[in-house]
Amino acid sequence: MTQQLENILEVNNLQTVFATEGGEVRAVDGVSFVVPKGKTIGIVGESGSGKSITSLSILRLLAKNGKVNDGEILFKGKDLLKLTDKQMRDIRGNQISMIFQEPMTSLNPVYTVGQQISETLIIHKKISKQEAMKQSVDMLKLVGIPSPEKRVKQYPHELSGGMRQRVMIAMALACDPEILIADEPTTALDVTIQAQILELIRDLQNRLDMSVIMITHDLGVVAETCDYVAVMYAGQVVEYSDVRTLFKNPKHPYTLGLLNSLPRHDVDQEKLIPIKGMVPSPHDMPVGCRFAPRCPVATQACHTKPPMLESIGNNEQIRCWMYSEEWDGDSEVTLYGEKRTVKG
Amino acid sequence: MTKYIIRRLLQTIPVLIGVSILVFSLMFLIPGDPARVMAGEGASEQTIENLREKLGLNDPAYVQYGRFITSAVKGDLGNSVRSGRPVMDEISARFWITVELSIYATILSVFIGLIAGIVSAVRHYTLTDIFIMIIALFGLSMPNFWLGLVLIQWFALGNLPFGMDMPAWLFDIVQMRPSGWGESWRQMVLPVITLGTGGAAIIARMTRSSMLEVIGQDYIRTARAKGVSERLVIYRHALKNALIPVVTVIGLEFGGFLGGAVLTETIFAINGMGRLTIDAIRQRDFPIVQGTVLVISIIFVLVNLLVDISYKFLNKRIDLN
Amino acid sequence: MAKKELLKVEGLKQYFPIKGGFLGRTVNHVKALDGVSFTIYEGETVSIVGESGCGKSTTGRAILRLEEPTEGTVEFQGTDLTKISKKEMRKFRKDLQIIFQDPYASINPRQTVASVLNEAMHIQNVLPPNQRRARIEELLETVGLRPYQADRYPHEFSGGQRQRIGIARALSVDPKLIICDEAVSALDVSIQAQVLNLLEELQEEYGLTYLFISHDLGVVRHISDRIIVMYLGKIVEIADKTSLFENPQHPYTKALLSAIPVPDPDAKKERIILKGDVPSPIDPPNGCRFHTRCPFATDKCRTEEPQLRTSDLMKEGHQAACHYMEDITNGKMQPNY
Repeated sequence: MTQQLENILEVNNLQTVFATEGGEVRAVDGVSFVVPKGKTIGIVGESGSGKSITSLSILRLLAKNGKVNDGEILFKGKDLLKLTDKQMRDIRGNQISMIFQEPMTSLNPVYTVGQQISETLIIHKKISKQEAMKQSVDMLKLVGIPSPEKRVKQYPHELSGGMRQRVMIAMALACDPEILIADEPTTALDVTIQAQILELIRDLQNRLDMSVIMITHDLGVVAETCDYVAVMYAGQVVEYSDVRTLFKNPKHPYTLGLLNSLPRHDVDQEKLIPIKGMVPSPHDMPVGCRFAPRCPVATQACHTKPPMLESIGNNEQIRCWMYSEEWDGDSEVTLYGEKRTVKG
Repeated sequence: MTKYIIRRLLQTIPVLIGVSILVFSLMFLIPGDPARVMAGEGASEQTIENLREKLGLNDPAYVQYGRFITSAVKGDLGNSVRSGRPVMDEISARFWITVELSIYATILSVFIGLIAGIVSAVRHYTLTDIFIMIIALFGLSMPNFWLGLVLIQWFALGNLPFGMDMPAWLFDIVQMRPSGWGESWRQMVLPVITLGTGGAAIIARMTRSSMLEVIGQDYIRTARAKGVSERLVIYRHALKNALIPVVTVIGLEFGGFLGGAVLTETIFAINGMGRLTIDAIRQRDFPIVQGTVLVISIIFVLVNLLVDISYKFLNKRIDLN
Repeated sequence: MAKKELLKVEGLKQYFPIKGGFLGRTVNHVKALDGVSFTIYEGETVSIVGESGCGKSTTGRAILRLEEPTEGTVEFQGTDLTKISKKEMRKFRKDLQIIFQDPYASINPRQTVASVLNEAMHIQNVLPPNQRRARIEELLETVGLRPYQADRYPHEFSGGQRQRIGIARALSVDPKLIICDEAVSALDVSIQAQVLNLLEELQEEYGLTYLFISHDLGVVRHISDRIIVMYLGKIVEIADKTSLFENPQHPYTKALLSAIPVPDPDAKKERIILKGDVPSPIDPPNGCRFHTRCPFATDKCRTEEPQLRTSDLMKEGHQAACHYMEDITNGKMQPNY
């Protein structure tokens, strides 16, 4: 436990803004987390939490109207935000790769699977077309696609959704990257196919010793694949901890709320406890804690002063006044149908 | 693929039959007795009767159509009422002039339209984009007979606006010459611009919107995430997809040029099919009108077929069966 | 208390023609539903689960005749809905309402909430016009919205609120059965829990019956009394909730349950990973439709179609369609990966 892990990626105080018709919107506001080498970190949150924007910020793939305003993204000590476009391109698909939510639309319909995997190899490894095609076949084999010699010549529309996501993974892993960012990689897939893909990612991660950033809204996926988890709410990380602590001893009222509202298929639950209200509009963020309007234990102070992301204990961070010295409110909460005191 | 082409060719047959019926009935859609109309005012009853007999107008309509279609298939579209020469000869003498004009106009509009459209899309919402789109709007709204006349005024006759002087080399290129079409490439410059401008504008707008749509697609983001350079993202990943709808427009445009060169040909005194048609209509030379309309329709159908086939090469998703 | 049948579906088939060939003839069919039978009793919640293409949504649509079923009967309180005229069917729409996944797509964006609800009531002639406004405000409160929001347009609401509008519309005509077609699938979990709780409260208050169509087994376990598992247009297993989750019999149900990630890092799992993809419903496999992916499949499975049946190991009302479910459960047959 005490063994110090080498961090391959460190995100510090990331702030990403978007120019919209209603004015500038801070989609990501002060996000910090680390990715230990060879581990999987989950970024979990609901729609609008900024989890996808965070991942796109890392690879500098934001849409035209978005930009990173502040913060640093240290990849092996180098700040990605300071690189030239050319240097950044050399990292994309080579040292840091990404797969996306929609395998149906994420592949170019007019090129064969082989051409698309080869392209990555040719760009980064400077090898011949023939050699790249040969390696593409190997990659398809690696991701468990049957008869890869045949598949390599097929177009994306000839493959099922699960197969396409395998192709995406083959493409992402072609250059043996150190980090794989998986943005909701199984959300669009059926559950039996999801199981195949998650199994594949886990297996390849072990074999290739890479780090994975798993972006998802599904707490089940988090529990099964991640070592560490950052929970995001309204553009901020509200809780960061190892996965066991997050599920067994969650601290932030939002994390508790998520676990309480999740209908489970593995146990019977009496009643779900939803989080009241809804996510604040990015144009109209609460001045204090962003979760305060929905928080069951919020005090007056929560509505006026924004809490910081503070370390509490070993490798655990939390953004909540409840864990500060001066907290005078309630600290009894319900989890999995039981009352418990979270503070301390 | 071959099967697809054969099937599509077979499918054009009903279309062509429909076209031929329409063309054939042109003669009957005009009020009055076609023979009387053709013979002109003041013709004697006997002349009209003779003409009627000669054209077979006394037979029932289906017999006349049968005769029309059987000879048409053999390449015989009858004789011109005015010149007495076979319609096919009259048309083939003019046909290639119009085709040439249309091809050049298509090349021009594709060249300008694609570049303008791509630049506009890549520089979306910048001044360049706005400027290009305003020009395209002008190009689209200008009637081409008006554009033709203005071009003649300015360049061929040298009456530039605001008393500007035209450089001699430019004048040398575009001045009006008494000689006919085809003798010098210089003859083609103004007519091709006249005919191609509207098309260039349409292609520019189409390319732009198609590019913008494609640039927003997930696979473009995938390409960027792979480390593909921005230039290749545009040319390798976006353009090939964006061109799919543009190809249809180009094909339709070429067909449109063939049929729509009438005004341009009239203004620039080019002896193409358009002129032939207009003159025939004016002189009530029905066999010629039928012939030109039929030929243009057939070309239009064939161009459409070619567009559909080129789809197959561009878009792998279309299941031809 | 004797259970009263509300809806009885028998041998329901839905074949969608595939046009093709030279003259656009029907060259084949997508067999979206291939002989589905089940009964729903008054006041209960029955769920249909399965993966995309299994026919769960088609079932809901066929019951309401949103698409005319190819074959089979749908008896609602004794009347066969497939036999009556379109006009008579319209009257039954009052009793049978549907809520879709994306309420935004099913609500006219140019109508205010009040006029959406008013229209629904007008079509079914539910209340005299002068009482409707009060009813609309009452309905909005029932589904957790504010009465003053009645004059707003759909785009002014969030996804969860729009789903509440969809529920209010369904409720406005006092239905007996509500079909919820992936009604909470698009919602974030904190909002989804709100809507699920609302549906449960409404059921208690109005004695509603739900047919709940979903791919999310967590949601299904939470809300259902009985569950139907479908695969490629057929029912493979049907059981009360506890039996299905604690004692699944069909290998597909087992695989499906084992495939869902559990939100508990300590959970011990025996995962069955199925090979390959779901076959095409145009040309479904012979015999048992699941045999191409089943780790227990034998020659018998490839040729002989299993029927829904019960065994000594199952509670009353629990049925599954597998030749070997006893042998699999008592360990006589081992999976062959």
